[in-house]
Amino acid sequence: MATKRVLIVGGGLAGLAATMKLAELGIDVDLMSLVPVKRSHSVCAQGGINSVNDLTRQQGDDEWLHFDDTVYGGDFLQHQPPVKEMAYWGPKIIDLMDRLGVTFNRTPEGMLDRRRFGGTLFKRTAFAGATTGQQLLYALDEQVRRWEAAGKVKKYEYWDFLGPILDDNGICRGAVAQDLVSMEIRSFPADAVVVGSGGPGLIYGRSTMSMACTGSAASRCFQSGGKYSNGEFIQVHPTAIPGADKLRLMSESARGEGGRVWVPRTPQDPREAVTIPEGERFYFLEDRYPKYKNLVPRDIATREIFDICVNEGLSVEKDRQCVYLDLTHIPRQELDRKLGGILGIYEKFQGVDPRTTPMKIFPAVHYSMGGLWVDYERSSTGGLVVGSPKNHITNVPNLYAIGECDYQYHGANRLGANSLLSCIFSGLIVAPGLENLLKGAKQAAAELPSSLFERSRKQHQSRHDALLKRSGGGENPYLIHQELGDVMTKVATVVRRNDQLQEALGKVSDLYARAKKCSLSDTGTWTNQNVVFTKALLDMFPLALTILKGALQRDECRGAHFKPDFAFGSLTATEPAERRRQAEAWCDRFEANNAKWLKSTVAQWTGDEVEITYEEVDTSLIPPRPRLYGLVGADDIEKVWNQRSAARETAQNGNGSTAPAKLAGAH
Amino acid sequence: MADSHHNPNASHSARSFEVRILRQDGPGQPSYWERHRVEYEPEMNVISVLQRIAAKAITADGKHVAPVAWDCNCLEEVCGACTMVINGQVRQSCSALVDRLLEDRPGEIELAPMAKFPVVRDLVVDRARLFRALTKVKAWVPVDGYYDVGPGPRVSPATQEQSYPLSECMSCGCCLDACPQYLKVEVERLEGESAADFEARANNEFDRSFVGAHAISQAMLFNSHPTGATSAGPRLDALMAEGGIQVCGNAQNCVAVCPKNIPLTTSIGRAGRATTIHQLKKWFGA
Ligand SMILES: Cc1cc2nc3c(=O)[nH]c(=O)nc-3n(C[C@H](O)[C@H](O)[C@H](O)COP(=O)(O)OP(=O)(O)OC[C@H]3O[C@@H](n4cnc5c(N)ncnc54)[C@H](O)[C@@H]3O)c2cc1C
Ligand code: SF4
Ligand code: SF4
Ligand code: FES
Repeated sequence: MATKRVLIVGGGLAGLAATMKLAELGIDVDLMSLVPVKRSHSVCAQGGINSVNDLTRQQGDDEWLHFDDTVYGGDFLQHQPPVKEMAYWGPKIIDLMDRLGVTFNRTPEGMLDRRRFGGTLFKRTAFAGATTGQQLLYALDEQVRRWEAAGKVKKYEYWDFLGPILDDNGICRGAVAQDLVSMEIRSFPADAVVVGSGGPGLIYGRSTMSMACTGSAASRCFQSGGKYSNGEFIQVHPTAIPGADKLRLMSESARGEGGRVWVPRTPQDPREAVTIPEGERFYFLEDRYPKYKNLVPRDIATREIFDICVNEGLSVEKDRQCVYLDLTHIPRQELDRKLGGILGIYEKFQGVDPRTTPMKIFPAVHYSMGGLWVDYERSSTGGLVVGSPKNHITNVPNLYAIGECDYQYHGANRLGANSLLSCIFSGLIVAPGLENLLKGAKQAAAELPSSLFERSRKQHQSRHDALLKRSGGGENPYLIHQELGDVMTKVATVVRRNDQLQEALGKVSDLYARAKKCSLSDTGTWTNQNVVFTKALLDMFPLALTILKGALQRDECRGAHFKPDFAFGSLTATEPAERRRQAEAWCDRFEANNAKWLKSTVAQWTGDEVEITYEEVDTSLIPPRPRLYGLVGADDIEKVWNQRSAARETAQNGNGSTAPAKLAGAH
Repeated sequence: MADSHHNPNASHSARSFEVRILRQDGPGQPSYWERHRVEYEPEMNVISVLQRIAAKAITADGKHVAPVAWDCNCLEEVCGACTMVINGQVRQSCSALVDRLLEDRPGEIELAPMAKFPVVRDLVVDRARLFRALTKVKAWVPVDGYYDVGPGPRVSPATQEQSYPLSECMSCGCCLDACPQYLKVEVERLEGESAADFEARANNEFDRSFVGAHAISQAMLFNSHPTGATSAGPRLDALMAEGGIQVCGNAQNCVAVCPKNIPLTTSIGRAGRATTIHQLKKWFGA
């Protein structure tokens, strides 16, 4: 039999982890990427990577609590077995990355140093300076280079994945891809295809993501019949630096070290920020959240900043939304010592010194919790069966998805420093499953009739040729992309309203129709970036429509998906009995809402439309509980909730559940 | 998030500037200068200038042309993709701010591809040789495998502080473009030559040419890692082979242009001493 091969699309953390593990298992890998894998988007991650560690353990932490924080942070929208398995692998993954030579920061004794991130009380986050993602990616890139030198891995860099090849039974037998230099289109027979293509930030025009984050590869799987789940859950980071080309992240630590957020009380006050007197500044976070002040949780900070600019018209600038993030009251030396790295980024890209001039920041699209729907096999202990070919398989046989482009780990909202973990974990866990899949296969894909591969190749070739032949004078793909980004950013980010979403669905459908009439300014057959971009643009629409439709239909607030029309209010009564009644009603409503909406959104593409169904979520390990951060009456609601949980547990009479159903208050 | 966008149909305002770009349609083709006019916007960098040019694809003389090709990804100077020669200086284009460039040279920005790598098209160059050098010096930690066998070796904060800067090398190639000893190697695919044969022949050429400062520095990074040091000998052998450290003329251009401020000359100094000792040991059979 011919040798079996696996094709990996994407060389970010997920794709590289899978490649290296497969090579170790003796499997030949073709690794394909738009950019040289060492330049993948994962290099942008600054903060760090989470796992339980010896220190936190002694403070009462364990893998179960990391698992709990992750599902609580995600508003319980993720299936729990894969998350549990990930949390338990966390410490081992950090050990592995440490062995691979990642230059993690050290304690004086030479142990890994840790910092604290949002959504937990423990110092779980290992980090390498301000470039953790870069360092992790390089360690994996180096191992893959080692396997490449040994002949186990063949890289295809500057190649665009155009779509999976499905046989007559709908089984994936390989992929078609295009060389971005010579523009050659060819097919790659493969016994399994694993897509690790990252997030779809470019659908929003500009975001904190990199230019290769078009979502095109995921969309091409979606358009070939793969399901796409929870697309409407898009994380928006509160503080990014608006730029003409990209919205660069400004880390939360700026506020952690005392940064104050404000706007002038006079709309668009033309004076220099530092000359505006205290009394004429509006410190709106401090004003509205006297307890947490500038360090309210991410989603709240995001919503408030958005609100003050968009609805209250207090943006610092007239034709651009932004607020001040002010560090100028902190001594320069202290700033240099604690925040040197991130202030350097601001200075480098804005050409302004944030130590003397308040920074201008605004929320930006940052991460997609949703992605290709993937399966898993649950073990008897509620984790995953390691080695099961079901782990990370899409609904298309032999087609897998890992990393940010799958929907598996973060539910409705991702915790900081959990994504790097889920990317590496998904890459490592998919490999032994693929090994078993390949063992069980009777025939190698390379032995299938060449007509199958040629048929797919021809389809893509004619699509490409047709694009090049378009007559001039049509729509400009770059301008359509800007319009798409503007619509998506306006209606499908921080605050969502049904009338706006409905209207946007129409607008985006119109844009899609116009995009199909784009003409190219480059009709050449050598390194034609114009045609590659146009194809990626066209493939943004099915995902954009999925995000919009999912958001429109989901009439609730959950994690990053916030619809004010469906928000649960605070408790208003002061009289104790009435307040108690309100708390009971609040909990009733919470339970009823979960019964209706604690479900994964599952989208399918019909050829020109998105069809959405909903699927139950496995919450069998940790029962869902309300997130009450910052809500008036939280204590009363918590009391009612805890009584109900206790009653439920008694009713179940020790029936299996070891999970702490009580609220872990301080989250 | 809702920035106003540039309107390509607006007439040239007084605040526009000229961008001169050295273009080339493909390998082996002649290069030529082309002028574009771009409207000034606050906070532009060279990437956004190129985006505006791509969206418009009309030269300053009103000629419709194919959009200029260029490479980029992260847009925050950490992926190494977007290297080019800007106003005569090799650097990352994403961190090249238009305001600063226009201060230095009013009214005009000049863009050219890197000089030491074969041009693929316009500002896109082929840096395969740069990555090949990492294979040549075995820039990896030769671990036993990826199963869980506990933590890695302890590393003192002092060692970490020495290694971390070296591990920030993003393979951008600035150090190579500026190096007088790093000469352009352009291998052309022959008629009928298979992709695999061509790659093997090209790698062979690359291996005989200067490895470059970045690879020397990476060799030092892995030689100072406790597990990495188990391959220290083969790494030093690679640095002593043809195209190795002896080619370096110590001109120190590399360190001056590295956007990550990597102490390249320190690494080169360390490598020089280590190879000398390695050579002596070999002579005396130690
Ligand atoms: C600014 C920033 C900071 C962050 N900081 C953190 C942090 O501190 N901690 C944390 O846990 N997470 C962080 N994240 C999130 C995290 O970085 C990403 O989720 C993660 O790196 C994604 O990795 P990946 O392997 O899934 O994909 P990526 O690294 O995005 O790689 C995708 C790969 O797919 C390839 N590809 C895409 N499309 C195609 C195609 N059509 N054909 C061929 N190849 C294709 C690309 O070339 C690339 O190789 C941050 C994100 C951002 C934006
Ligand atoms: S010191 Fe050596 S490597 Fe650096 S520029 Fe000079 S010759 Fe090149
Ligand atoms: S050493 Fe510096 S200049 Fe050279 S490739 Fe690395 S980052 Fe670029
Ligand atoms: S685009 Fe990544 S370094 Fe400039």
